[in-house]
Amino acid sequence: MSSSTTNTTTISTAGPPSRRNTELAMLVFAVIIPVFAYANAGLALSDEMPSGMLSYGLGLGLLAGVGHLVVRKFAPYADPLLLPIATLLNGLGLVLIWRLDQSRRLAQRAEDAHTVFSPSAPNQLIYSALGVALFVGVLILLKDHRLLQRYTYISMVVALILLILPMFFPARFGARIWITIGGFSIQPGEFAKIIIAVFFSGYLMVKRDALALASRRFMGLYLPRGRDLGPILVVWGISILILVFETDLGTSLLFFGLFVVMLYVATERTSWIVFGLLMSAAGAVGVATFEPHVQSRVDAWLDPFAVAKAGGSDQIAQALMAFGSGGVFGTGLGQGNSDLIGFAANSDFILATVGEELGLAGTMGLLLLYGLIVERGVRTALAARDPFGKLLAIGLSAAFAIQVFVVAGGVMGLIPLTGMTMPFIASGGSSVIANWALVAILIKVSDTARRPAPMPAPTTDAEMTQVVRP
Amino acid sequence: MSELTLTVMRLGFLAVLWLFVIVAVQVIRSDLFGTRVTQRGSARRGGPDRPQAQQQQQRQQSAPPPQRQQSGGRGRRGAPTKLVVSEGTLTGTTVALQGQTITLGRAHDSTIVLDDDYASSRHARIYPDRDGQWIVEDLGSTNGTYLDRTRLTTPTPIQLGAPIRIGKTVIELRK
Repeated sequence: MSSSTTNTTTISTAGPPSRRNTELAMLVFAVIIPVFAYANAGLALSDEMPSGMLSYGLGLGLLAGVGHLVVRKFAPYADPLLLPIATLLNGLGLVLIWRLDQSRRLAQRAEDAHTVFSPSAPNQLIYSALGVALFVGVLILLKDHRLLQRYTYISMVVALILLILPMFFPARFGARIWITIGGFSIQPGEFAKIIIAVFFSGYLMVKRDALALASRRFMGLYLPRGRDLGPILVVWGISILILVFETDLGTSLLFFGLFVVMLYVATERTSWIVFGLLMSAAGAVGVATFEPHVQSRVDAWLDPFAVAKAGGSDQIAQALMAFGSGGVFGTGLGQGNSDLIGFAANSDFILATVGEELGLAGTMGLLLLYGLIVERGVRTALAARDPFGKLLAIGLSAAFAIQVFVVAGGVMGLIPLTGMTMPFIASGGSSVIANWALVAILIKVSDTARRPAPMPAPTTDAEMTQVVRP
Repeated sequence: MSELTLTVMRLGFLAVLWLFVIVAVQVIRSDLFGTRVTQRGSARRGGPDRPQAQQQQQRQQSAPPPQRQQSGGRGRRGAPTKLVVSEGTLTGTTVALQGQTITLGRAHDSTIVLDDDYASSRHARIYPDRDGQWIVEDLGSTNGTYLDRTRLTTPTPIQLGAPIRIGKTVIELRK
């Protein structure tokens, strides 16, 4: 922190930061980039500017504008980066989904399976609008994030119901993570991650001292007492149950990882991380040995090309080829062959399209954008003045980070593939809507955290000790 | 569409994407650094990379004080080159000493604006005398200026590293 000056400068402490104009400028930038990408993809695919360009651009701009106005009104001191980055990711996702909609291979594939190939981009735009509507709703209705603290145990029950419900619905694509009502299907796990973060923050805020202080030191680690191990065992058990009955590796990892991160942040005890890693490793190995669906995922991870040759799913193999053929600068939007992935190319595997068409440079940029959202979340947690807000902000950003890691790691072959979606980018209504809600809560917490402290109330002592002279 | 156009667009898109990331990091950077550097008058030389400096341009008053050039002072061995705030709300701020007078106080046109309940609006000034020796002078402040532990009554030469205390703020000169 140094500044060299001449004698025409003045140095003072910065005033209360509002940063709304910065946010507006970044938002304009964040709307222009996807429009540029859209034009690029359209020119590459069909030699002409795509016909829907104006409506997509206007739609995205409208959503961003509404979001910005509501933030300006209801969270004036909020972080200036969260909304623009979320808008940019959402817009890029729309372009990538639109680009995959144009693929003849995917249309042919749907025809072979005797289903109607329907483009996903218009739906995704509607879901984005619903997401922004929920964003606006959260900002307006949630006056103070501390109100959520009242619903600590209610949110626990709601989260458990949301996590358990899909068990009673038929499995789709090998995993029971959907609830189907009428024609609609939602992934409750996406919403559960927010609600569970509320529960963990409320619970740990009350119990953190017992968990942190009542411990014995052993081999450089603080071992918690047996009875304090209760909650982590319960959460571990639940996530194992999810893994076994719903065969959903992603939600299970997210759920348990989130709890370990929040335990660590609340108690500052490294031992929780060690325990968490050991327990999740033990649980994953244990389940993988006797659950055939998980077993096949692990096989596909260990040797994707052997699985593809043996007639199994070639998704991971195709995704790895896509990343490889992208190289450093990519093939250009609309000029890759990532649609060879086939099923789920525009949802779980959308990162492979980024990897092929934007290359290493584009993928790194995208991951940095996710990193920036997480960084702003952690920064909000550092700045927050109340312990509940701190834990909530860290929990939400940890959930976001774990989700990105689990999906990106799965698609790139770092860890076994899980059925989760890339936040904001992947096609899927639940994911987009839930992540807009997540960003709304982070913005609300950051508004409270960055708001300048109120002036101290004038003391009444001065009035009481006034001397009355005759 | 020609190959060339598409290549240009492809690289252009990556450039724009990265530009967004870099601008975002710049926004974070201006969030992290707590002090605000304001330009007074028309001469803009201080920090061209600070976006807030431009925003504050309108609030300027007072023409720049005449610059006193110290020809002999800067070349001397052992002469201080910068002023460092080591305690208080502006901790970590450094100001290069280039022969100009540095004013301290709560007034908005001071070189270093102290956000301190114990500081007067024109509290003290630090200036070089004819030999290039830096002098601190209390400008009749309410709570006094302290060099080490003694309250200043007359303009006093400053030794390198000697703490000058104004309220909760401590500054010192360094090489």
